[in-house]
Amino acid sequence: MPQVTLTVNGTKHTVEVEARTLLVELLREKLRLTGTHVGCDTSQCGACVVHMGGDSIKSCTILAVQCEGAEVTTIEGLAKPDGTLHPMQEAFREYHALQCGFCTPGMVMSAIDLVNKHPQGLTEQEIREGLEGNICRCTGYHNIVKAIAAAADVMHGKRSELARAAE
Amino acid sequence: MYDFTYHKPSSVADAVKLLAADPDARPISGGMTLLPALKLRLNKPSAVVDLSGIAELRGIRREGSTIVIGAMTKHYEVATSPEIKSAIPALAAMAATIGDTQVRNRGTMGGSVANNDPSADYPAALLALGGTIQTDKRKISADDFFQGVFATALEMGELVTAIHIPVPEKAGYAKMRNPASRYSMAGVFVAKGPHGVRVAANGAGANGSFRVKEMEAALAANWSPEAVAGIKLDPFLMNGDIHGSAEYRAHLVTVMAKRAVAEAG
Repeated sequence: MPQVTLTVNGTKHTVEVEARTLLVELLREKLRLTGTHVGCDTSQCGACVVHMGGDSIKSCTILAVQCEGAEVTTIEGLAKPDGTLHPMQEAFREYHALQCGFCTPGMVMSAIDLVNKHPQGLTEQEIREGLEGNICRCTGYHNIVKAIAAAADVMHGKRSELARAAE
Repeated sequence: MYDFTYHKPSSVADAVKLLAADPDARPISGGMTLLPALKLRLNKPSAVVDLSGIAELRGIRREGSTIVIGAMTKHYEVATSPEIKSAIPALAAMAATIGDTQVRNRGTMGGSVANNDPSADYPAALLALGGTIQTDKRKISADDFFQGVFATALEMGELVTAIHIPVPEKAGYAKMRNPASRYSMAGVFVAKGPHGVRVAANGAGANGSFRVKEMEAALAANWSPEAVAGIKLDPFLMNGDIHGSAEYRAHLVTVMAKRAVAEAG
């Protein structure tokens, strides 16, 4: 059986997989990192988004063996070991950017890539277009967009903490 | 998905050898089309040959008045490349509309070109820009390369290695996306360059991406949106499906052509 060695959330793993095993299957079933969800399994919904080499990708549409030597970050790798949330996670909580929460891990991972790739800042339109690969069936997106705008300010050092949503 | 043997060669020569040795082996680049097809069991390759470890297939460079794009260049790289943004901004802008961010972070130009999906963006761009597809064996003009729905001049086991595009004087692209799938309902790429004025459409034709010769003649005489406004395409040559009738797509091509010319300036 093929073997793949990859780093997930800073820890190196060597795992035996079938050639047809998807990255999301490796993450969920072999490493038990079940924060990465499978929604559509057809690379449309974005629930399975993780980062590979800093880029957001859909882990349901990449073979595990294609990730040899890769650095992968999942939703479990964002918070600090003491439990302090990543500013994007904190913003999603503060702005109530979720209802059922199923799409949230993918939303958060896509949002972080979006903010990282726009150091000059993001307009509301750019945030909405940047979420094209993530589908949420509950929220109507409004609070997600607000959360990402607030987190972008914190991540780019424009604000040291999140403004209260009630402001 | 059925299981298969996985290979990751580090040279084009090795990849070609693996594909030649096994007629049921398939190359994989970004996998944005192949993997969904494998999941649906539409395809059952004995082996998958991963091209991502081949350094010679990467990179974007300018050679005189030509932009050369390695086949494994990702859509995101095409969209953000300073060389492409300065030489062919319409191509960079087009690449930024392919799929979504995550698809653009994996999908490659060579893969899309080799697949020739009738709704893919690049084929119309290469037809309009007068591009050339370099394979491991030969160079093929875009006109000869794209041969209909999912059909190309590629022989079994032949690999696209690079795409050569002459820098145009001006170019523009406009696309009407399906509101749900985001695939092109009709997209039109217009260019004025060393190959003259050329216009090509994707998403709409019954036989895949195609050049719109009557619009080329009109724009050669008068480069303005008004020049193509009165040109009506034959619905008989268009694709009709649940997303839009052939008549609707024929109409869209004219609308998109006007917008593309306006975009090109």
